[in-house]
Amino acid sequence: MPSRVMRCRLRSDFGAEGRTTNGRALPVGSHCPPSAGSARPLVVRPATPAWGGRAVPALFSLWVALAVALLLMPALALAQAVSDPTPLQYRDAAEEARFHALAAELRCVQCQNQSLADSNAQIAHDLRREVLTLMQQGNSDAQIKQFLVERYGEFVLYRPAMDTRNSLLWFGPLVLVLGGAGVLVWVVRRRSRQVQPMGESEERW
Amino acid sequence: MSDPRPASRPLPPVAIVIGVLFFFGLLGLMVYGVMKSGAPDRDILPSALIGKPAPAFALPVLHDPSITVHSSELRGAPYVLNVWGSWCAACREEHPILTRFAETKRVRVIGYNWKDEPADALRWLEQLGNPFVLVLSDIEGRTAIDWGVTAAPETFLVDASGVVRWKYSGALTQRVIDTKLLPELEKLEGANAQPRNALPPAE
Repeated sequence: MPSRVMRCRLRSDFGAEGRTTNGRALPVGSHCPPSAGSARPLVVRPATPAWGGRAVPALFSLWVALAVALLLMPALALAQAVSDPTPLQYRDAAEEARFHALAAELRCVQCQNQSLADSNAQIAHDLRREVLTLMQQGNSDAQIKQFLVERYGEFVLYRPAMDTRNSLLWFGPLVLVLGGAGVLVWVVRRRSRQVQPMGESEERW
Repeated sequence: MSDPRPASRPLPPVAIVIGVLFFFGLLGLMVYGVMKSGAPDRDILPSALIGKPAPAFALPVLHDPSITVHSSELRGAPYVLNVWGSWCAACREEHPILTRFAETKRVRVIGYNWKDEPADALRWLEQLGNPFVLVLSDIEGRTAIDWGVTAAPETFLVDASGVVRWKYSGALTQRVIDTKLLPELEKLEGANAQPRNALPPAE
């Protein structure tokens, strides 16, 4: 899990310095999500390890470390913002399916490489709740997208609408391919015109 | 025996020029991309609200929740809105800088306490000092969505007519204040002063 949440946690760990280990100033990551991220669920592994349960001393300390980390998790969670722990309430399965489809189409504004559905950032929680509320108020998917675009910009859409600003991205490759093909045809034609047909005598060489 | 390959003619100069331009164009693009990727603000979203009216809101005052402030009441003079929370480490970091700026009294600095426990927020202000003329409290974070807030701290500049003019995401630094916020503020003050001066006596 790269990016934001991690950086944010780094910042608070390293205090006011706000630098990563390679000395670069930390960006907005710090600019912390009121992060549910700090309580990100650790993958809980089965008590019997996959290699058949034979205790290996070196690995034992690893398990101890993991256990200690698990014990410390609540302490990390202390610095969280107010959050509403109640899960989203869907009215029926169709609404839930529609919600998940829509949330997968929207980008989390904080953890920018995650969709709204995947992100565990606090703002993503809030936005999911908002999206569901809007849905239950009878807004269409397009209206909900419009609502978010008005507030966060086109960035929230994984499939932004085509307009004059991004038309180069849409048509640029096509223009390049056509242009390249044109040049190719032109060069080939010019060459073929210049190649002299071989004389009878040369032909059998 | 002749060379089996047809004698290759030298490329026309136009082709060479185009090729070189293309190469350096791509090289420039790459260098630009590499430089850009190191910028600390590379993943900040530009605010969708710039140049648009600030969202209408009604929020309780942190220090006295029985008082509700409406967005319309803040019109008439520009204000700086600083989104913060006691849970936010970067807010603590920007606090002395924000305080120094607020103390110049150039503009009203209003706090926006986002998704915070009021008790924690009050304690935070008591410990570090309160630079704000007024602190609004948005416990649920519902209004913050209207403002397009993604994380704290964020700072908005809203003009006298209630239009958002500028936004900064991340902890304010003296440099940001000097090179970005103050020029924006001067623009507002200039624009405010001009209509009054330039208004010819109606006749």
